[in-house]
Amino acid sequence: MNIYRVSEVNSHIRFILEGDPTLSDLWLQGEVSNFTRATSGHLYFTLKDEKAQISCVMWRSLAARQEYLPQSGQAIVAHGHISVYEVQGRYQFYVDDIQPAGVGLLHLEYERRKKELEAEGLFAEELKRPLPPFPKRIGIVTSRVAAALRDVLHVLNRRYPLVEVILAPTMVQGNEAPPQIVQAIRALNEHADVDLIIVTRGGGSLEDLWAFNDVDVARAIAASSVPVVSGVGHETDFTIADFVADVRAPTPSAAAEICVPDMRELQEGVKWQRDRLVQEVRSIIADRRVVLREDSLMLQRYSPQTKVTHYRQRVDELWQTATLHMEHRLAMNRERLKGLCLRLDSLSPASTLERGYAIVQRSDDGDVVRSIRQIRTGDRIDVRVHDGKFRADVDREPERISYV
Amino acid sequence: MSENQELIFEKAYEQLGEIVKKLEEGELPLDESMALFEEGMRLERLCEQRLDQAELKISELIRREGGAVDIEPFEAEE
Repeated sequence: MNIYRVSEVNSHIRFILEGDPTLSDLWLQGEVSNFTRATSGHLYFTLKDEKAQISCVMWRSLAARQEYLPQSGQAIVAHGHISVYEVQGRYQFYVDDIQPAGVGLLHLEYERRKKELEAEGLFAEELKRPLPPFPKRIGIVTSRVAAALRDVLHVLNRRYPLVEVILAPTMVQGNEAPPQIVQAIRALNEHADVDLIIVTRGGGSLEDLWAFNDVDVARAIAASSVPVVSGVGHETDFTIADFVADVRAPTPSAAAEICVPDMRELQEGVKWQRDRLVQEVRSIIADRRVVLREDSLMLQRYSPQTKVTHYRQRVDELWQTATLHMEHRLAMNRERLKGLCLRLDSLSPASTLERGYAIVQRSDDGDVVRSIRQIRTGDRIDVRVHDGKFRADVDREPERISYV
Repeated sequence: MSENQELIFEKAYEQLGEIVKKLEEGELPLDESMALFEEGMRLERLCEQRLDQAELKISELIRREGGAVDIEPFEAEE
């Protein structure tokens, strides 16, 4: 046995109460009375039913994110935990969320978690990451047998079969689902080298979709190093996962569509690029051809060919001139030759002989006899006439004849 | 050919767009333009091929006992 101090006991009771799983995470319904807001901003009120009552406190920071504030006399449901105010030895209900009565438990919990995570900043717009335009690998977190999986694969196959899909199979319903989904998101991040992750399941009741309202799932999505697209339920279903995800798609099929480009559009794009390419090159060639034609004209204009033609003509002219000169000189020479021949003819003794003259030569020495002084009686002479010659003897003394 | 296989659709598509842009901006020597054009046509065929031949590849993460994770081809359950 021991003797305890009061504060020790209060502290011990507080320790026990706060360790109790039921009392530490509690929804409590009742009627509000003595509702007061202290100058500090904290809310104090009492919750009661027909038989009992409990003191409640809600701190200013938590009260600040309350959209709904109750008044005395109203029926509410409040979430929080039971603990002890040791100074006064009173146990109290420390409230963190208040909803009007009449709302189902799951809905209450959904609203509470949403409020809590939103206050933590998990839904912040600046945390949203853009999706890669051409993902190479997509991770999918869903059940192997889910209709959602078939839908997603169908859409991916139709729109962009270039992508590789890595399925991380999980349960998508029940108590096992949340830890499996958390594991799957982590495993895809760590082992699968994916560009983005689709977290998906088909439609269902709030209970069916409950795994996607799990706080740990929400935190795993927020912690993912690659963007996460949620496609849970139908258009009207919203889950906590949707708010944390980088992109929320209304359905599984829509999630797949958001994640990949459409192959048919890409094919159109490729064709369009090809057409532009061909057109561009055609116009480039046409342009060059015009330039070439202009250059070619200029080239012809300044071509050495004209010079060649010019010089060829000049050579021709020179040649002609030269030929003319040559012929002229030849003709002149020919004329001179003819003249010379004529003169030569006239100098020849033949024609003189023809006219009756004769050439007399002394037979002994062949001297032409020009004078009687060369002749004596008894000399022998050769006489040449125009058609022959004969020999003669001088038988008398020559006599002088004067022709003057 | 091995180069072709390594070049993924996204890169080819992107390069094709760049080539068209470069040609449209013009002012390139003719030889260069023609080389770009041929490269563009090659990329165009490549893109077409990639899209025509694409087949969705599906694998599955398998968690082994002891925590090891394998990736294996996915067999759909009917």
